Amino acid sequence: MTGQENYFVHNVVVFGRVLRGLGLPVGTAQIADVLTALTYVDLSSREDVKHTLRALLVRRREDGPLFDEAFDLFWKLVQGGLLAEVDLSRLLQRPPRQQMALVRWLSEEGEGGDPPEEVHEDRVYTFSAREVLRTRDFAELSPDELEEVRRLMQGLSWALPQRRTRRRVPAARGPYFDLRRTFRRNMRYGAEPVHLVRRRPKYRRRPLVAICDISGSMERYSRVLLQFLYAITNRLDRVETFVFGTRLTRITRQLQRRDIDEALAEATRHIVDWGGGTRIGEALKTFNYRWARRVLGGGAVVLIISDGWDRGDVDLLAREMARLHRSCYRLIWLNPLLGMPGYEPLTRGMQAALPHVDAFLPVHNLESLEQLGDVLARLNAL
Amino acid sequence: MSVPVQSIDDVQERLARHGYIAERSLATAIFLALKLQKPLFLEGEAGVGKTEVAKVLATMLGRPLIRLQCYEGLDVNTAVYEWNYTRQMLHIRLMEAAGRVDEKAALAELFGPEFLLKRPLLQAIDYADGAPPVLLIDELDRADEEFEAFLLEVLSDFQITIPEVGTIRAQEPPIVVITSNRTREVHDALKRRCIYHWIDYPSFEKEYQIILAKVPGAPEHLAREVVAFVQTLREQDLFKRPGVAETLDWMAALVALDRRALDEEVIAGTLGVLLKYKDDVDLVRALGIGPLLRQAREHAATAEAT
Repeated sequence: MTGQENYFVHNVVVFGRVLRGLGLPVGTAQIADVLTALTYVDLSSREDVKHTLRALLVRRREDGPLFDEAFDLFWKLVQGGLLAEVDLSRLLQRPPRQQMALVRWLSEEGEGGDPPEEVHEDRVYTFSAREVLRTRDFAELSPDELEEVRRLMQGLSWALPQRRTRRRVPAARGPYFDLRRTFRRNMRYGAEPVHLVRRRPKYRRRPLVAICDISGSMERYSRVLLQFLYAITNRLDRVETFVFGTRLTRITRQLQRRDIDEALAEATRHIVDWGGGTRIGEALKTFNYRWARRVLGGGAVVLIISDGWDRGDVDLLAREMARLHRSCYRLIWLNPLLGMPGYEPLTRGMQAALPHVDAFLPVHNLESLEQLGDVLARLNAL
Repeated sequence: MSVPVQSIDDVQERLARHGYIAERSLATAIFLALKLQKPLFLEGEAGVGKTEVAKVLATMLGRPLIRLQCYEGLDVNTAVYEWNYTRQMLHIRLMEAAGRVDEKAALAELFGPEFLLKRPLLQAIDYADGAPPVLLIDELDRADEEFEAFLLEVLSDFQITIPEVGTIRAQEPPIVVITSNRTREVHDALKRRCIYHWIDYPSFEKEYQIILAKVPGAPEHLAREVVAFVQTLREQDLFKRPGVAETLDWMAALVALDRRALDEEVIAGTLGVLLKYKDDVDLVRALGIGPLLRQAREHAATAEAT
């Protein structure tokens, strides 16, 4: 092998590592494929090399632009020579975000200033204390209570409605015949159908999509609700989570981490507009145009969590609510304010949205979350 | 068997000869799929010509095309194989009538090839002598996860086991093209085995060439206007942007109406060929067909200049 080729192999391997660092799932097997593939391609054509690498290394559309950028930058740096590992860190440097502020926002000590290193003792709440906690408004929780609520949330169990799929499974009773099994079972009777084997349709849990408002007016609730979303994302499969203020952000992938603090930190890092204004209509439009076709398959149940204070276009909100309502199985609006005695959904946003929801429920304390579970279980009848 | 293509240029040129105008990146993906004998996974909006790739590959390489249309609940009986029960039962009766009772021989006969109905996946693996076929697995996102898992198994070693017969292995893997409209995320494990390519809407020049290749008798001036208008539409905030398939339909419609140029009236009358949602039609009406057409003509002028 000549020195030139050596550089080349080295560079491809390093480039693979760069991509991995950027979050693309690149494995060793793929790098091996790239090296094989490049023997068929004219190496002097930069375009062809680029297309080759992209065809083998990119598997999600959204990774495409990232790949292009990384490739161009990388090859500029390489210039035919050996890329030192040192250069790598420069490439991997991503613009620092207001990460710290957001993490602080999430943690309770945020306002206090110095984070007191508290002694973590396992508090055991008595039954009656727990009852009180169940009905206390999320906005009024002390840090200790919040911690306990967080723990209780992990224990909430939900039975989501099921959908009858087109797939059939063998069953003792069922409306369909399983010809293959019937035939085999009855071979010993000379294929006289003595025993009939039946099939019934298979049922599957519906996917759940949560779209949560994190604007300023929801601030006291969104922190707790995000933890709640984390709990359900990790308990059930097929949960999609989005948050919005003025813009819509998908945080499903971030919430899938095993560690809750890590997951929430990852999620907050991806959210650009904490505690700002609200444009529900625009957020829903983005959802409808960009995500609905991808995440509403299989008859999804959609939860919108918001207080309905909207600074955007109300007509747009009504239109997008109607569209969303048409394209999902059930649309449920959860409003923390609904738990307040005497609250009437009179805001323009709420008024525009209400005609298009299947259920309008409070979400201000643990009890309401439990009730939501009951409603979801009975959803087929709604 | 040697791979039937020489280079990326070769692929691009031969595709064009068969009426498929491909961007360089797509030609590269196809070339690599053929060369590395990996499945080609094509994603993209509806109507950008994903399915067409498989069809044109089959004609271009002179291979049979085997198509498996996916849907929810697709199972082994419809995707891989099924025994012909009616014939089997009839055969048993005939054997009984003839007084043959040897159970072992009877079983061997009953589960022989003449009672086996081959479905697309088995056809693609157990092909008659000759070159392997092109297997099109269309709209995989419509199938459920159970089928995807099964497909993963088939694609990893191109063999299928039938309990009564044994394992059938392809002499040489078929050329596999998988398409998805992305109505759900296909599992990463499956994508990892494939060459992935996202087919985008074509550039002005490419789309113009596609029209000339696909719509016989399309006047060149009109074709330019049509492409410009469709491309302008795609820049608008539409729920469903028109694909290449819609462009071709529209062109065919205009040719059928014997039009030489676009005007507001004919666009208004044929908008339903391009836009399939009421909201989108409303939006275009609100923006005004006249202003859009003017914008499109400027677009065409700049495209021509460059």
